[in-house]
Amino acid sequence: MPSAMPIRPAATLAATAIGVVLLFAFRTPQAAPPATAVTTPATSPSSNPTPTATPSGAPPLAGSSPTPTATPTPAASGLRSGTFTGQTYSDQYGNLQVQVVISGGRITDVKLLQYPRNEPQSSFISSQALPLLREEVLQAQSAKIDAISGATFTSENYAASVQSALDLARA
Amino acid sequence: MGTVITVDVRDPDLPARAVNAAVAWFHEVDATFSTYREASEISRLSRGELRESECSADVREVLGLCAEVTRRSGGCFDIHLGGGLDPSGLVKGWSVQRAAEMLQGSGARNFFIGAGGDVVTRGRPAGEQRWRVGIRHPELGDRVAAVLEAGDLAVATSGAYERGEHIVDPRTGRAPVGLLSMTVAGPSLTYADAFATAAFVMGEEGLAWVAGIDGYHALAITADRRMVWTPGMEMLLLRATSPPG
Repeated sequence: MPSAMPIRPAATLAATAIGVVLLFAFRTPQAAPPATAVTTPATSPSSNPTPTATPSGAPPLAGSSPTPTATPTPAASGLRSGTFTGQTYSDQYGNLQVQVVISGGRITDVKLLQYPRNEPQSSFISSQALPLLREEVLQAQSAKIDAISGATFTSENYAASVQSALDLARA
Repeated sequence: MGTVITVDVRDPDLPARAVNAAVAWFHEVDATFSTYREASEISRLSRGELRESECSADVREVLGLCAEVTRRSGGCFDIHLGGGLDPSGLVKGWSVQRAAEMLQGSGARNFFIGAGGDVVTRGRPAGEQRWRVGIRHPELGDRVAAVLEAGDLAVATSGAYERGEHIVDPRTGRAPVGLLSMTVAGPSLTYADAFATAAFVMGEEGLAWVAGIDGYHALAITADRRMVWTPGMEMLLLRATSPPG
């Protein structure tokens, strides 16, 4: 019988080469940034928390080696404060690279520096049929978003880039 | 292949062991349900080395839920893949839903869990604010096309914009056309996840199907760049006129 299932691995919790990257953030009600950040290799949940990023995809692009861009200070979580740029991972659809911001041992932000664009970006937001959407896009960028729902992110490269940034923060 | 799971608890006093238990749970789910691990129960079941009656209670529960969604969707959701077995379209939502219940059982009241685009929110992010869940723009990966605002909610999105994600219409064996993404919101992420997959296969007709299910709402982004949603979704949509937070 054929299937309605997403065949792609990333639609599951499956872990092969890079493991499931779990980013855990606690937040106290008034103190803004999240608390403890922990990464755990999926293959060894009880082992020590040293990240083991072994991406199986294309090698990082030349010239995209990670560089800490802030003055790191040690923290109890083992994560130094600062802004850490992950490695760029690429596939035939484009490059993906994140930047992780850590403050007080906590991950406070994960920014997408590069991401694959599937199609020309103009058609969607310029559509006359959707003035509401245009407003929503503009408005949403200024709204504080807690979480994103979407078809599974370019998970392998996303997770690998996050992991490489965290490796830097622990170094 | 991995996914990023975020557990963001806003309660000040939750013991660390509550979150650790959720972490352990996700690892357990991975070990049990991964179709990429040869030794997982699902893989062994798929190869015929296990009978369903010999499987763990969790596996039997998931298989039962999958069969239920297959039935309710008129066959637009099906876990039998070319002779194999792949319940991934429900497992992720189910496991996050279970993790949320575990956290609540430990006393957590205000938190969200996000797992590769599936989101459960509980309580409040802070004060009287409500959680804001962005629906990813299908073409602009770092933007959102709409924002939902809610207290307790589950949101899942299926789409064709992620490369390699091939959702197949079980009725035709081909990729469905017409939609870029389908988002389903409701009380349980277990069902929201599977309903989003089934409704994506149905196309715009999936909106009416979801609207007919008590408590669940849908928002579709069409291939011709329209955003269409069910009446129930209207209440969750953050309007453009709302002041930014």
